[in-house]
Amino acid sequence: MESIRHKRWVKGSHFIITLSFLALSFSGFVILMSHPRLYWGEVGNDLTPALFELPISRNYHHGGWEKSEAFFKTANSPVTAGRTYDIFNQNGWGRSTHFLAAWFLVITGVIYLLAGFFTGHFRRNIWPRIKELKPGLLWHDLVAHFRRQTLSGNRSQYGLLQRCTYFSVIFFLLPLIALTGMTMSPAITAGYPFLTKIFFGVQSARTIHFFASVALILFLLVHIVMVVRSGFKQNILAITIGKRNGKKTDQQA
Amino acid sequence: MEKKLINRRKAIYTGLTSVGGLLLTGCFKKPMPPTYGNILRMGDAFTYIAQRTLLPGQSLAKEYGKSDISSFPATGTINPANPEIKFSYNKDYRALQQNNFKDFVLSVEGFVAKPCKYSMDDLKKLGQRTQITRHTCEEGWNAIAEWSGIPLSAVLQHAGILPAARCVSLYGYDNYAESIDMLDAFHPQTILAHSMNGENLPIQHGAPLRLRVETQIGYKSVKYVHRIVVTDKFVDANGDIPAGWSWYVGI
Repeated sequence: MESIRHKRWVKGSHFIITLSFLALSFSGFVILMSHPRLYWGEVGNDLTPALFELPISRNYHHGGWEKSEAFFKTANSPVTAGRTYDIFNQNGWGRSTHFLAAWFLVITGVIYLLAGFFTGHFRRNIWPRIKELKPGLLWHDLVAHFRRQTLSGNRSQYGLLQRCTYFSVIFFLLPLIALTGMTMSPAITAGYPFLTKIFFGVQSARTIHFFASVALILFLLVHIVMVVRSGFKQNILAITIGKRNGKKTDQQA
Repeated sequence: MEKKLINRRKAIYTGLTSVGGLLLTGCFKKPMPPTYGNILRMGDAFTYIAQRTLLPGQSLAKEYGKSDISSFPATGTINPANPEIKFSYNKDYRALQQNNFKDFVLSVEGFVAKPCKYSMDDLKKLGQRTQITRHTCEEGWNAIAEWSGIPLSAVLQHAGILPAARCVSLYGYDNYAESIDMLDAFHPQTILAHSMNGENLPIQHGAPLRLRVETQIGYKSVKYVHRIVVTDKFVDANGDIPAGWSWYVGI
């Protein structure tokens, strides 16, 4: 069975990005635990309505608040209240881990993007071919995946659905999650205010960051399932220490 | 065929590393927070250098309109006069509070030409700025409020800040403290606020005087400020770093 052979820089960046992504998912979850409420728009806190709340820590629906007081004498005045509850908060190591892993992801990601463009890796292997992008063909590929038809035979090239997925992860989800992450920084939005505009506000950026992470974790799960189903050992060898033997294919260029 | 001295890949690598090297070391000669060899603290220091190098230093945070003012939780210390909460209790603060903060004085010390104690009236003569800004808590929430106060730069300049000054530490009555670098200290929106939403600061929000650093996360905006110390070297006033927290959180 013909297997895809990867260039060394593809293997290296895949390895670093995988480790960073796992560290980011874990620390991101820990950060979310300290305030498991998500909002839409510019502002959101315990005294404003949430879009939704996640029961993932003792901070969920905690009632530790003093009686709220209005700022103004108007009917719908914004209020304040002192918090008397000792919340779960592990952001000390949580956020520093998140940022350290994010640096690895961003720096490796930028090098990967540059290399991908300059070596033609994207053009040859990732970019879906325009003339294949038809609903009928996509549907056919999707059905074939469920019938396990694509899981055997010559796989020296990525399939259409595979290209579309990798393309969305590399050029949409990862840049989106990096930019929405930066939008949460007051220093960065002071310098680049357009960020809050394109994501409909700071709290929307946080919510989009959350959904992008959910989408990436779903991708990871499907990716693992496909790796296992299409020959686990062979695939793992190909992306890590596998030797480049056999006849040259387009994939190697 | 003659061997090429430099190929494309080498040229790209050399270019990238030299630009990075220039950016990160050439422009940056400030005292750095210690990392104690801890890899997470090294990451924090890298974030600090990168943000200080790549971001325009004095750009203003967005200011909002009155109708954008939102509800605003008070977290951390909510009353240093409460003896039941041992870590933040302060009997001087309790005495001040009973007298409606009439006897409040702010002390400015360290690397300044004339160390000085300022009453609230002295401070108000130094300048005034009102801003409606977004407070970002490191926990993940945010809120918008109107703050009025004295630009920190005006206070530092009045005390005659010395050229060797590199770091400003602010100490609160609740035994909390934070330090900021000169870029944040002299940011036009960094103020010592005495009013919130048009009224004197409520106790939970740091009465009678609190810092506002609008380009940083909320934990830098020390409440109940009574002492400012200017130093020529880096000071981690609250002990954030040995406690496992970031001095410059980077968001």
